[in-house]
Amino acid sequence: MATTVFMEALSPTMEEGRLVKWHKHEGDAVKAGDTLAEVETDKAIMDLQARADGILRQVSAAEGQTVPVGKELAVIVAPGEPLGAGRGTGDERRVAPSPAATAPASSPAPRHSPPAAAAADAAPVKASPLARRMAKESGVDLKLLTGSGPGGRVVRRDLETAAARPAATVSASAPVAPVPPPPSPVPVSRTDASYEDVPLTQIRKTIAKRLAASLGPVPHYFLTTEVDMERAAEAREALNRDLGDEGRISFNDIVVKAAALALTRHRACNAWFQDDHIRYWNEVHVGVAVAVEDGLITPVIRHADRKSLREIGREAHDLAQRARNRRLRPEEYTGSTFSVSNLGMFDIDQFTAVINPPEAAILAVGSVTQKPVVADGTIVARRRMRLTLGCDHRVIDGATGAVFLQTLKQMLENPLAMLL
Amino acid sequence: MPTLTYRDALNQALREEMQRDPSVFLMGEEVGVYQGAYKVSRGLLEEFGPMRVVDTPIAELGFAGVGVGAAMAGLRPVVEFMTWNFAVLALDQIVNSAAKILYESGGQVPIPIVFRGPNGAALQLAAQHSQAWESWLAHIPGLKVVAPATPADAKGLLKAAIRDDNPVIVLEGEMLYNTKGDVPEGEHVVPIGKADVKRAGTDVTLVCHSKTVVPALKAAEQLQEQGVSAEVVDLRSLRPMDEETLVASVAKTNRCVVAEEGWPHCGIGAQVVDIIQREAFDSLDAPVLRVTQADVPMPYNRQLERAAKPSPEKIVAAARRVCYLD
Repeated sequence: MATTVFMEALSPTMEEGRLVKWHKHEGDAVKAGDTLAEVETDKAIMDLQARADGILRQVSAAEGQTVPVGKELAVIVAPGEPLGAGRGTGDERRVAPSPAATAPASSPAPRHSPPAAAAADAAPVKASPLARRMAKESGVDLKLLTGSGPGGRVVRRDLETAAARPAATVSASAPVAPVPPPPSPVPVSRTDASYEDVPLTQIRKTIAKRLAASLGPVPHYFLTTEVDMERAAEAREALNRDLGDEGRISFNDIVVKAAALALTRHRACNAWFQDDHIRYWNEVHVGVAVAVEDGLITPVIRHADRKSLREIGREAHDLAQRARNRRLRPEEYTGSTFSVSNLGMFDIDQFTAVINPPEAAILAVGSVTQKPVVADGTIVARRRMRLTLGCDHRVIDGATGAVFLQTLKQMLENPLAMLL
Repeated sequence: MPTLTYRDALNQALREEMQRDPSVFLMGEEVGVYQGAYKVSRGLLEEFGPMRVVDTPIAELGFAGVGVGAAMAGLRPVVEFMTWNFAVLALDQIVNSAAKILYESGGQVPIPIVFRGPNGAALQLAAQHSQAWESWLAHIPGLKVVAPATPADAKGLLKAAIRDDNPVIVLEGEMLYNTKGDVPEGEHVVPIGKADVKRAGTDVTLVCHSKTVVPALKAAEQLQEQGVSAEVVDLRSLRPMDEETLVASVAKTNRCVVAEEGWPHCGIGAQVVDIIQREAFDSLDAPVLRVTQADVPMPYNRQLERAAKPSPEKIVAAARRVCYLD
């Protein structure tokens, strides 16, 4: 019994994937759980695993090729099956048309639709009959909606929400971070042509969808404050001296920790807007925007309020490194309740960040720089940092956001307060 | 419009029909001298005499058979059972005679008979005397089955049942006899096979009949406070069943809960669900849920009996689930 290998949905929002590399090749013996290939999703590079034991046959997608979710890539047959024993014997339907069939790019013989069991990851959308009818009538693709019913069933209210929001066909739980573009994603042109068209990569497509789904429908407003970082900087230097080779604590780690603690006191800012209700989180999971080649992603530091600065520092470092290598697992970049974006390393004093829906707020962190400040009637040099809180006005009113920012400022200006 | 109790509305229907048509007569245990176990036949013996208000022995199968014979001979009998729990003894006459004779005589012998009496649980009457029989009766081709919930419907449906040329089962309720409501005077006939929207709403349809209309209306009030607009559809007639009203309501609300006093397995609600999934499939936003008696013989213990019966709370919980609120 042959098992078909499909392009599987390896992230919650994946619609197609690019085959980066085949680890197994035509004729290789494979075991269930073996990595067959690496696939670039809209977020990361993921392993495509074998779902059965046998011999890999009829590999039909070449490395570098982009393949829609659900499309067949190869089959796994039992060692004794005719197809595995040699071409031209037995089952004609499966016999490759020519010796070139071993070449990865050759097209396979026409085949029937995959059996449902093997396509578990590309399972059909669950939707109520009414939702299906409404989707058909309004031309909405159900696959692009996140169902709010039991087991992810798409129901009437999901269609109504989608109709109310032009960009709502984007999954509300998709995770790419909404911060301004990362450094120089466009290659320097080496030709004399007046322009160059660069196709959108998976991650750029997702970023485009996600940002349009945020700044359009989400009513943003921004609050900025300047924080004196003198004492935080002293504390950081002292801690890093003690830590030595054990890793360094960054200003961003301190901001993440302080923000997480401030959120425990201001639950209103640790929330998700959910169309017909607001989910106030009792746990604090902070997404930290990381620029990666040709995009950005927001790995999540879970329970950041309960972690030490050292734990946050290590985790942030590890997540950022794996994000840059595109080795994050989906659970590592989804589920944040609040996000932090830092462009201080690019000497940005202050900026506004785009909210990562369904979160209600995002903190944009500028650089720590020496500035002349009036203290006790004299001008002194102090290390200062600007914070800008982007808020969803549907969840957070102006004064509510301001009070949160005030708490955060107090914590950063008096780091010992974090011990309270 | 005068306000009457359910029992007096039935009494009025019987009196008016007996006045209108001399072939109508009433028979059953204690219907004459005692004026009915629940006083539905009060004053009828005095007005119409012992030839038309007949006290019978305690022998349900026997007097049901006498009734069928009288109907074959051209009379229009109304047979009262003290409760439908006792009518089980008469099922052979109801199912094998009353429901079959028109068919087996090739349409020559109609059986214009009414079998009526209280159905379902009252309070602490225990397992053998607390049963809801409607799914048994509505199962049988050749019978019509109605289950009025209000005094007005009780009068109107009993009059329609007496005038119908087929055997009609009228399911009353011990706990309903004393309820009051406005009842139109004189010629008030409710057609068999028509449901009634007892309360209009937009978010969820609550289907009910007979005694479950009361908890369904209470549930609708509670749901209103929670921001859910419930429509209460009283089936009134269980066979034939008003598919049109059910489908129109679900087409509007997209969600449905069915409440009944009977047990879940093969119950009336199962028939309602069948209609809705078949005729309103594309209108459904959630599976239809049912609220029934617990699938056990009715407990005698007061707390357990309450726990076993459908209640406004159970209907509210089911309605919230089909609205995806819980």
